[in-house]
Amino acid sequence: MQQTRTVELGTGLFALLGMGALFFLSTQTTGGEDFSADDTFEITARFDNVGSLRARAPVSMSGVTIGRVKRIEFDPSALDAVVTMDIDARYDQIPEDSDASILTAGLLGSQYIGLQAGGSEFYLEDGSEILLTQSAIVLESLIGKFLLSGGSDEGSN
Amino acid sequence: MLRDLYYTLFEFVRTFGALQLFFLRLLIHSPTVIWRRFGLVVGQVYNAGALSLVIIIICGVFVGAVLGLQGFSNLSRFNAEDSVGAVAALALVKELGPVITALLFAGRAGTALSSEIGLMKATDQLSAMEMMAVNPIRRVVVPRFLGGVVAMPLLAAIFSMVGLLGAHLVCVSLLGVDVGSFWQQMQQSVEVADINEGIVKSVVFGIAASLLAVWEGYNAIPTAEGVGRATTRTVVLTAIVVLVFDFMITAVAI
Repeated sequence: MQQTRTVELGTGLFALLGMGALFFLSTQTTGGEDFSADDTFEITARFDNVGSLRARAPVSMSGVTIGRVKRIEFDPSALDAVVTMDIDARYDQIPEDSDASILTAGLLGSQYIGLQAGGSEFYLEDGSEILLTQSAIVLESLIGKFLLSGGSDEGSN
Repeated sequence: MLRDLYYTLFEFVRTFGALQLFFLRLLIHSPTVIWRRFGLVVGQVYNAGALSLVIIIICGVFVGAVLGLQGFSNLSRFNAEDSVGAVAALALVKELGPVITALLFAGRAGTALSSEIGLMKATDQLSAMEMMAVNPIRRVVVPRFLGGVVAMPLLAAIFSMVGLLGAHLVCVSLLGVDVGSFWQQMQQSVEVADINEGIVKSVVFGIAASLLAVWEGYNAIPTAEGVGRATTRTVVLTAIVVLVFDFMITAVAI
């Protein structure tokens, strides 16, 4: 009888430890700043180039994540990319003339959308479009520009 | 010569088929065993899992610690020491946790299973059970198989967690990586899909390792030499099968 109790106790402890480890792995190593809001509103913005922006990328304002990119589509008539974002409904006082730019977290990090507040008295609401946008900086074109401007400098000298 | 080759190939295919049928038999008996003889399964989870904890925890700490050391020394060439947490976590959760746990499991629990069943066969205990109208598959084999299947994923999870703590110990406490960036970089790069991949792998490896162990034991030649050979084959076969399956699951998951 005592023997059975030891076995059962050991098994119980082992199973609890294993499940605790699974819980630890799934909560402590993943996620981070996962944005989750019950109530959101949708806004869009048009960019010439979205770079490597992906759906579910964060939308942040002053460094705080206030939303997520819902989808990215190409508009064949206007020949630019339409980015649809879900913004937490708590933030309903973002000026209408705020500008959106595609930024990179860290040197080689993932890309996200940064909103910079404007000065309008009207606020962004469901379905509104951000008109002032700045495209992603593509490293290759930046290097190309740098090389070209260096070359022209030398030519003028 | 050609005849030998033919017979070897023939025997291989026959053994492979017999293994599948054996697996099916285990699966068919499993619900009854879980329902009627749950205590036997609990005892085997204890044997395969709880008694393997010591080796799993010690190996986990050292594997995590060495990952931390290697990651740190290689990443510091690119000034990216802060990513060592992400590297260690991804390596442990997706690969090293399930694979090394399966290999250790084969060495610690798999050999115990096959030599135990093999010795039961050599000493005619299995035949004695049949004489008493007790199905040895149901009474001996299935509980051991199920115990291994239950224990293996839990052991892999414990291995990964302990490994992360080992990496934390080396990187944060000894090498001076910032605690915040260690965990934050990890949380940014590890996704739920990575954890799921690890869980799928550990379940598959658990089934494979337990099946091979009980199969080898049950089909051991009933002599001292035969039991010894069955134990060896368990470890060798499990290592091969686990690594091949690991490649296949990774290829599918990516």
